[in-house]
Amino acid sequence: MRAPDPVPLPPEPALAVHGLSVAYGGTTVLRDVSWEVRPGTLAAVIGPNGAGKSTFLKAVLGLIPRLSGEVRLFGRPLAEARRRVAYLPQRASVDWDFPLTALQVAAQGRYPHVGWFRPLPRHERDRALAALAEVGLADLADRRIGALSGGQQQRVFLARALALEAELMLMDEPFAGVDAASEAAILAVLRRLARDGRTVIAVHHDLATAPATFSEVLLLNGRVIAAGPMATTFTAEALAETYGAPIPLAAAA
Amino acid sequence: MLLDALTLNAGHNAAVVVLGTAAFGLAAGAVGAFVLLRGRALIADAAAHAMLPGVAGAFLLALALGGDPRALPALLAGAAVAAALAVLAVDALAATGRLKDDAAMALVLSVGFGLGMVLFSVVQALPVGGQAGLKGFILGQAAGMLEGDALLIAGLAIAAAALLALLFRPLALLCFDPSFAAAVGLPVRALDLVLLSLMLGVAVIGLGAVGALMVVGLMVIPAATARLLTGRLATMVVLSALLGAASAWIGSAVSAARPGLPTGATIVLVASALFVLALLFAPERGIVARTMQRVPAAPRRDGASPGRGRSMSAAG
Repeated sequence: MRAPDPVPLPPEPALAVHGLSVAYGGTTVLRDVSWEVRPGTLAAVIGPNGAGKSTFLKAVLGLIPRLSGEVRLFGRPLAEARRRVAYLPQRASVDWDFPLTALQVAAQGRYPHVGWFRPLPRHERDRALAALAEVGLADLADRRIGALSGGQQQRVFLARALALEAELMLMDEPFAGVDAASEAAILAVLRRLARDGRTVIAVHHDLATAPATFSEVLLLNGRVIAAGPMATTFTAEALAETYGAPIPLAAAA
Repeated sequence: MLLDALTLNAGHNAAVVVLGTAAFGLAAGAVGAFVLLRGRALIADAAAHAMLPGVAGAFLLALALGGDPRALPALLAGAAVAAALAVLAVDALAATGRLKDDAAMALVLSVGFGLGMVLFSVVQALPVGGQAGLKGFILGQAAGMLEGDALLIAGLAIAAAALLALLFRPLALLCFDPSFAAAVGLPVRALDLVLLSLMLGVAVIGLGAVGALMVVGLMVIPAATARLLTGRLATMVVLSALLGAASAWIGSAVSAARPGLPTGATIVLVASALFVLALLFAPERGIVARTMQRVPAAPRRDGASPGRGRSMSAAG
């Protein structure tokens, strides 16, 4: 780039989606979704079951085909930005009886960086271990994943996403079915990521904790109901429209 | 006699059969571990049954074209094509959304087997020689294995093992979490295709030795046994390969010692016996070990994480 340019360009959005539509077997699940998320933001995707929240994340990552629309990550198409993005799938999407240890799962976040055809070098293994330590599971690194609690399994998935050392993290219900200890550990990690300028976009179900956890929100129900800063967007009216019923917001107020 | 066959002292031919079948068992066990973990056992069975009409079709085609209908390469090529078509048929049926996966597989399996039996009876009625040998493709007849066949099987087994070793980490991630694998840029379709090709390859090379109805047994049973015995993936794959080889070695020796026993069926029974032993006596996951754990667990009062964790992971 040109060195003497005095005016810094505004940062590209971490995620920019325009006119995204997705269909499953003839049924349109997402219609004309547009949303932008600035870097360094903790953003929540909120909506009822079947609103297309997971589908939205998967379509952004190219895991399912798009009917139409454009997705840009840091101003680039997915193929050029894949290394800068991490994905945390729903915990229930995998078989936790699989013969792997917590460290082996966390290490899956390092292979994309070092290659798949040789064992992880020691310092890379240490990075996977550090990711486990950040979520508070250093002592359970060699434990089989099937012997972990649900919250611990969720934290293993978070450690694997952290090990990718990505700038943008797409998380599908990182708080689903976790106990208080795991919730606190995950929350601390999200806050640290935001402090470091990383961007987190998470599908979230708990309306009570959403305003305190996230600064931006996308209210979704097949289409965008509302999107913007949590403080001005997460209103009783918008929620009622999202869920098709009045939602008491006692805890959020 | 059985001891001689087991220790390769029952003559050159018997030794060739035992070693060739054991090489097949090794490949089947190793590939089978991934087939099991990827949840592909049923589709493998549908493909294996579909090899029978492929064999009969190749026999009839060779006859019509004036070739040698008993030429093994042509018969195995027919089997491979038919098995691949069966996999495509299952995918196409499931993709219509009108049939669930398991129903699509059951349908293709039955059609494949039924078509195979009908074509076999057509072949039997033909006034040419050599049809009798086809029967061996159903339940396995390893006795006719020549040294060249055994060497070919051993070569393919080594190639399959090498491919699995090379692709171990990508395949492991594919089996555990295909969404994450795709999200980090692994070519999941290509990897699935590699696994499918390995599965079909093993089924085809095992066709003559253990038969179409039994090849999948030798992929899935040793893998299931190995899963009971270990919680580590690499150990499981190696163990599954060794269990497959051992089952094939013992089973083919038994069937060599008692002429008339179908090799494939005998091998699968040996593999099943090992599975039952593991189911009962595996160190952690065996029924005995589980029962022993439960007895002292009753008065435990810590209540908090371990018990709850286990029930949560079972739910997830």
